[in-house]
Amino acid sequence: MNVRQWAADLMLGVRFAFTGGREGWTRAVLTAVGVGLGVALLLLTTALPSALTVRHEREAARSDITFSGEVIPKADNTLVVARVDTDFREDDVRGRALEPEGPRAPLPPGVEKFPGTGEMVVSPALKELLESDAGALLRERLPDRIVGTIGESGLIGSAELAFYQGAEGLASHIETNQGRMERIDRFGDPEPVSERSDPVLLLLILVVFVVLLMPVAIFIATAVRFGGEQRDRRLAALRLVGSDSRMTRRIAAGEALAGSVLGLVFGTLFFLAGRQLAGTAEIFRVSVFPSYLNPSPLLALLVAVAVPAAAVLVTLFALRGVVIEPLGVVRSGRQRRRRLWWRLLLPVAGLAMLYPMIGNGRDNGDFNQYLVTGGVVLLLVGVTALLPWIVEAVVSRLGSGGVAWQLAVRRLQLSSGTAARMVNGIAVAVAGAIALQMLFAGVDSDYTRSTGKDVSRAQMEVTLPEEAPLEASAQKLRDTKGVQAVYDFSEGYLGDRATDAEWGTDLTVGDCAALRQIANLPSCRDGDVFAVHGAKWDTSLDDGNLAEPGRKLYLDPAYEGSPEKPDTPWTVPQDLKSAKPRSGLLDDEFDQSGFLMTPKAMPDTFASGLQGRAYLKIDRSVADVQDHVRNTAAGIGLLTDTVTWSEMERTDRYDVVRTGLFVGAACVLALIGASLLVSQLEQLRERRKLLSALVAFGTRRRTLSLSVLWQTAIPIVLGLLLASVVGLTLGAVLLKMTGTPVGVDWAGVLSMTGIGAAVVLVVTLCSLPPLLRLMRPEGLRTE
Amino acid sequence: MSIGHTLLGLLESGPRHGYDLKRAFDEKFGHDRPLHYGQVYSTMSRLLKNGLVVVDGVETGGGPERKRYAITDDGITDVQRWLATPEKPEPYLQSTLYTKVVLALLTHRDAADVLDTQRSEHLRSMRILTDRKRKGDLADQLICDHALFHLEADLRWLELTAARLDKLREAVAR
Amino acid sequence: MTPPAGSLLSAEQLRKAYGPTAALDGAEFSIHPGEVVAVMGPSGSGKSTLLHCLAGIVTPDSGTITYNGHELSAMSDSQRSALRRSDFGFVFQFGQLVPELTCVENVALPLRLNGGSRKEAERAALTWMERLEVDDLRKKRPSEVSGGQGQRVAVARSLVTNPRVLFADEPTGALDSLNGERVMELLTDAARSTNAAVVLVTHEARVAAYSDREVVVRDGKSRDMERAV
Repeated sequence: MNVRQWAADLMLGVRFAFTGGREGWTRAVLTAVGVGLGVALLLLTTALPSALTVRHEREAARSDITFSGEVIPKADNTLVVARVDTDFREDDVRGRALEPEGPRAPLPPGVEKFPGTGEMVVSPALKELLESDAGALLRERLPDRIVGTIGESGLIGSAELAFYQGAEGLASHIETNQGRMERIDRFGDPEPVSERSDPVLLLLILVVFVVLLMPVAIFIATAVRFGGEQRDRRLAALRLVGSDSRMTRRIAAGEALAGSVLGLVFGTLFFLAGRQLAGTAEIFRVSVFPSYLNPSPLLALLVAVAVPAAAVLVTLFALRGVVIEPLGVVRSGRQRRRRLWWRLLLPVAGLAMLYPMIGNGRDNGDFNQYLVTGGVVLLLVGVTALLPWIVEAVVSRLGSGGVAWQLAVRRLQLSSGTAARMVNGIAVAVAGAIALQMLFAGVDSDYTRSTGKDVSRAQMEVTLPEEAPLEASAQKLRDTKGVQAVYDFSEGYLGDRATDAEWGTDLTVGDCAALRQIANLPSCRDGDVFAVHGAKWDTSLDDGNLAEPGRKLYLDPAYEGSPEKPDTPWTVPQDLKSAKPRSGLLDDEFDQSGFLMTPKAMPDTFASGLQGRAYLKIDRSVADVQDHVRNTAAGIGLLTDTVTWSEMERTDRYDVVRTGLFVGAACVLALIGASLLVSQLEQLRERRKLLSALVAFGTRRRTLSLSVLWQTAIPIVLGLLLASVVGLTLGAVLLKMTGTPVGVDWAGVLSMTGIGAAVVLVVTLCSLPPLLRLMRPEGLRTE
Repeated sequence: MSIGHTLLGLLESGPRHGYDLKRAFDEKFGHDRPLHYGQVYSTMSRLLKNGLVVVDGVETGGGPERKRYAITDDGITDVQRWLATPEKPEPYLQSTLYTKVVLALLTHRDAADVLDTQRSEHLRSMRILTDRKRKGDLADQLICDHALFHLEADLRWLELTAARLDKLREAVAR
Repeated sequence: MTPPAGSLLSAEQLRKAYGPTAALDGAEFSIHPGEVVAVMGPSGSGKSTLLHCLAGIVTPDSGTITYNGHELSAMSDSQRSALRRSDFGFVFQFGQLVPELTCVENVALPLRLNGGSRKEAERAALTWMERLEVDDLRKKRPSEVSGGQGQRVAVARSLVTNPRVLFADEPTGALDSLNGERVMELLTDAARSTNAAVVLVTHEARVAAYSDREVVVRDGKSRDMERAV
C-alpha cells in the first residue's frame, strides 16, 4: 500500500465532498457550518482560561489601595490615591482620585498623563456613556472635563466603566480614611495574594464547560454524517467500477476530512467574528477585550488535529457495520439486541466518581477537577449510551394505534438506533442544562438569602465625609427628588478611658424622630440622652456598667499606635433616660446599642469625632431615584459613600445567569434541531416514491404528517424523560457536593424540556412543506 | 410484400421513368437484392391496366424507349388503403412493415398510424394466444408462448421504429 | 361530447402541462366495468399522466373526467382522496410497499386508512393474500421477499378494498417474464371476478395482451384502437 495511492483515494473523497451539484454543495456547507460552530465554541473554550488570566493580571497591575496599613512618607515619587467608586443604575463605576505629590509620581496603567484638578481620564465605555443622553445623570456627578481615555492596559474589560480624576488636598485625609485612600509609590500589588478560587465557582465553570461541549461534540459527530445515505450509494457505485472496500473507506475518510477541514476554516472565521463581537458584549457584568481571547496555541492545535481526526473516526465507525457492495450497501445482519449492563455502567461509574466529593463545598474543600469532569462526562455519555436501549425497549413494546402511529412505531422499531442517535444531542444538552440550572438555583439562593436586609423603612445609606456638616447635608438629601424621608445620625464610640479603653459602646446622635427609628423611647425632647438596655448584639453597655450616671467616658478613645489627639471626655448625665432596643433600620438582626443623644445634649467638642450617616427612604417609582441621591451625595463631598440596600441582593444576577443558560441551551438545541431537520429531509427524499404511492391510494396528508410527528416525538419524549432523570440526578449530586440543600428547580426542568419539545415541533413543522411537496403525484413520475 | 404498392408509393412524389423507379426501389428497399427490371416493367403494365398509373410521356433518345409513369387518384387511394391495412401478424414481417413505414414517410402520411394499426392487429392475435394459453395445458402454453414472443419481437421493433421515426424521416428525405 | 353509454370511468379532451411541456393534449378515455384496458405508448408520451388524471391524483388543466356519473375534476382534493381510498386500487412498478410494515400490514393498510379496525383489516388482507398465493409471507417485511412476491402483495393490497377501478402502472416492469405473467394472470383474474375495471399502463405487448383492448397515447393524444378500427 503506497502513500500515493492513499493520497489519491483521500483526494478523490475530498473531490466528492464538494461535487454533486447544488445538493452536494449544500451538504458540504451544512457540514462545515455545523463543524464550524462546534470548532468556534471549542476555540472559545480554549481561549477562556487565558482571558480570565489576563483580566486577573490587569486587575493586579493597577491595584493601588492595598490595605497595608502603613503610611509611607511623602516624596517626589508618591501619589495619593482615593477610591471614589460609584454606581450608575445597575453598573459599577470604578473611580480613583489622584493627587501626584512629585514629578516622579507613578502613572496608573493605561493613563498617559495625570489629569489636573477638574479633569479626568475615563474608559471608552464610560466616555460613551457620559456623552450619551442616558448618561446625563452620571455626568452631573462626574462633571470634570474629560482630557483623555484609559488605554486597554488599564482596563479589565471593554465595557468597564472607570475613571481617574485629578484632586487636591487629599493627603490630609489619609489618616482618617484608611482603606479608602493611600499614598503609593507604585501601582500593582507588591505581594499579590494568589487568591484561592472558590471551589464552588470552579465546579460551576467545569460543569458549564462539560455541559456545553458534550452536545457540541455530539453535534460534530452528527454533522459529519450529513448525507450519509447518498455517500453510501456513491461508494457502492465506486465499488462497481472496481475500488476495493479499503479504498472506499479511505474515500469516505477523505470526504469526512474535507467537510471537517472546511469546518475548521468556518470555525476559525466564526471564532474571529465572535471575538470581535465579544468585545462589545457584556456577560454577567464581565466584558473582555478581543485581544484577551487568544486560544493557547497548544489547545488550538489540539482542536485543529482532533476535529478532523474525530470526523474521520466517526465516519469509519459509522461504516463499521456496513458492507459496501458494488450493487448497494448492506447493513450487516439483523441487529443484535442491545445489552443494558454496560450502558448502565457508564452513569453508575460517573456517580461513583462524584460520590466521594459530596459535601466538599461546605467544608470549603477542593474538588478534584479530573474526577468532576470525568464524573459529569460519564453521566452525560451514559445518556447517549442508555437512550438507544431505552428507545429500543420502549418502541418494541408500543402497541397498536392509528395508521399514523403504526407507521411511526414500525419505522422506529426498524431503526431505533438512528432515531436515538438523532435525539442524543438534545438529550445530553437538556440533561446538562437541567443539572446546571439546579446547581445555579441552589448555589445562588444560598447567596441571596444571606443579605436579609429589612428595607421597609430605609433603602439607602449615605456615609458622609467627616468635614461635611450633617444638618446641611441631610437637608440636601431631603430635597433630592424621590427621597421620602432622611434619618440622619452622627455616630461615634465612647470608651471608659481616653487611651486603651477596656469597655466601650456606641454613641448615636440624632433628633427624636431619627432616634425613634432605632430604639423604643419612652418620651423624647431635644436635650435628652438615652441608654439602650438589653440590646441583642452589643451588651457592653450593661456588662461594663457604662450607663452609670456621673461616669466619665471618652469619645473615640485612642489606642496604641494611633496618632495623638486631645481627649474628648463626657460625663454620663444624671437625667439619663432608659430606652429599649428596636430592630435596626436596615437589619433585623442588629439592634442599636449604647447611648442615644439628641443634638442639644451633644457637647460642642464632639463635632469632629463623629461620623455622619444618613438613612434614606426612597420612592422607587421615581425614575433613577438612586442616581439622584448619588448625585446629591457626590455634591456633598468626594469621599461620600452611598450604598443601596435591597432584600434580595443577587436576585437579578441570578436572572441573568438563568437567561444566559436558557439562551445557550436554546442555541445548542436549535443547532441540533437543524441537524435533525437535515436528516429528516434526507430521509423523506429517500421515500419520495413511497410517499407518492401512499398518496395515490388515498392516504390523508394528515396521516402522513402525524406519522412524521410521532416518529420525531417518540424518541424525543423518551430522550427528554431520560434527560430529566439524569439531569436531576446530576443536579442533586452537584448540589450535595457543594453542600447546598437539594431543591428541584421545576421551572428550569419545564423550560428546558419545553425547548426540547419546541425543537421537535419546529423540526416537524419545517419538514411538513417538503413532505407535502414530496407527496405530490410528481413523485410517481420519477421512474 | 407488395412490389406494386411500393412502386405506386414511390410514384406519389412525382412521375418517374421505369428505370428511375427501379433505382429508387433498390436504394430504399432493395438492399442486397436489386429488383429485376423485368419485374418493374411487368408490374407497371399491370398497374397501367388497372388504371392506377398513367403514362405521362415517352422519351426517345439514343437508347431504348423510356416511358414516364404518373400515379392516378385511384392509385393514391390504393396506396392509402394498403398502408392503412395491417399486415396479418406473422413472423418476419419486418420488410413489409419497413417498406410501409418508409413509404408513409415519403408520401408525407402519418407513419405512426401505420405502426399503431399494426400494433393493434398484433395485440388482437396476442390476446387470442394469451387466452388460449390461460385455458390450455403446458404444451399449449409453450406453443402459444413461441408465437407470442415472435409477435412481441415484431412489436418491439415497431416501437423502436416509431421512436426513431424522426431520424428515419431525415434519412428517407435525403 | 357525452361519455360512451355504460362506461364507468371516462375522460374527454384532457389537457395537462408540466411547465412548458404538454403531457396530455386532448386525450380521451373510457372504460366499462369488468373491462381491462391497456394504455400503451412510448415513454414520455403521457400515459402515466393519463392514469394519474383518471385516478384523481392529478387534476388536468382542462377537460372532464366522469366516474360513475360524477365529475371528478369538480371534487375537492379530500373528496378525491376519499374516492381513491374507497373505489380505486393501485399497483405501481416498485417502491410502493411501506418497508417498515409486514406484508399483511401493508395489504391491510388501505382498509385501515378507511377507518377499519386492525383485526378485521388484517383478516380481509389475509384472504386476498391467499388468493394471490402469498399468504405465507404475512409476517415478512417487504425487504425480505422477492420482487414477484412483493408485487403480488401489492396486487393484494390494491384489491383488498374491492375497488371498482384498479390502476396498474407498469405492474410487471420490474419482474421477469414468468413472474410478470403470473402477476398479470392473478391480477386480471381477480379483477374479473369482482367485475372491477383495470386501467393497465404498460409498454410491454405481452402484458397488454391480458387486456381487452388498448389505447395508444402518443404526444399527449390518445387513440382508442378499437373505436378507430
